[in-house]
Amino acid sequence: MADEVLFEFLHMEIVSHVYKEQQTNKGEMDSKERGQCISVLENMGFRVGQGIIERLTRDSPSFKDELDIMKFICKDFWTKVFRRQVDNLRTNHQGTYVLQDNKFSLLTQLSNGKQYLDQAPKYLAFSCGIVRGALSNLGLESVVTAEVSIMPSCKFQVVIQKL
Amino acid sequence: MSRQSNRATDSKKMNSELFTLTYGALVTQLCKDYENDEEVNKQLDKMGYNIGVRLIEDFLARSSIGRCQDFRETADVIAKVAFKMYLGITPSVTNWSPAGDEFSLILENNPLVDFVELPDNHSTLIYSNLLCGILRGALEMVQMAVDVRFAQDTLRGDNVTEIRMRFIKRIEENHPAGDKCGVLLNSHIFCTMKKIFNLVSRLVKH
Repeated sequence: MADEVLFEFLHMEIVSHVYKEQQTNKGEMDSKERGQCISVLENMGFRVGQGIIERLTRDSPSFKDELDIMKFICKDFWTKVFRRQVDNLRTNHQGTYVLQDNKFSLLTQLSNGKQYLDQAPKYLAFSCGIVRGALSNLGLESVVTAEVSIMPSCKFQVVIQKL
Repeated sequence: MSRQSNRATDSKKMNSELFTLTYGALVTQLCKDYENDEEVNKQLDKMGYNIGVRLIEDFLARSSIGRCQDFRETADVIAKVAFKMYLGITPSVTNWSPAGDEFSLILENNPLVDFVELPDNHSTLIYSNLLCGILRGALEMVQMAVDVRFAQDTLRGDNVTEIRMRFIKRIEENHPAGDKCGVLLNSHIFCTMKKIFNLVSRLVKH
């Protein structure tokens, strides 16, 4: 199954395109521009996540509660999108979830350690968007952020917004 | 969990859906960024080129296919091996030019356009133009300059999707790499040895 390679290359091209597009001539990007890039990538991911969850839950029974949804995201959804299950799911039972993936597929090609750690955010924004989009179509508005302390391990923090 | 069992969706299919959807998001973003179809086409081609340049390495490593003898063989490899490997389809190769330097790939079902409908105001958008860039970039890395473009597209109302490929020229290697270098080196050593031999034999004669 080599399709994943194609996705990985496409993802890299998307990231570099978005960064080139937002970058002004002065070379170094300031934090505002960087934030814009992240949000563009995040929004692209959001739409993709919505599409995937539609396809994935086409004929599945409805979910019991929030935790049930999160479990589904960690198992089935993660397997389909990132080709492995989430290694660890933690929650404070107040709407905050931490999903830890020890070998996140989009980081494995980058580094195995602390090298390029500063580059990690731009390769995670799209994935954060995917998760947020998926949750959104399951009826949960959320904020998803990612945090890396050592590659290729990654923690996604999901904060469910209570209405 | 009991949930797992009843959802045996083919993972290969899902992955290609992820690719399709991501590609869709990219095209949407490009349309926002440029507002001009021509520019979007150009960008897609450029990005495809960047992918192709890398993808060829993955392809050669996985498929263990060597150098193609002629353009017909190239066409076969592209359609039967490469497309099959990466997109899961096998386009048919047709419409050869008499000189054998031009052919068409007919795509029955292009996975890039699975959930796509083109709005009316994007009539000149070549939605799958990334593919052209990929093909061009990949072939350039194996010393073939090829012109690739969409001749027909089902998205724009044609009956089939047709990619037309035209061989331009073989790219000469500026810096002999790998085996060629070895050959050069050998001949160089051979010449030197011959010179020494001549010198020695002349000395011996004297």
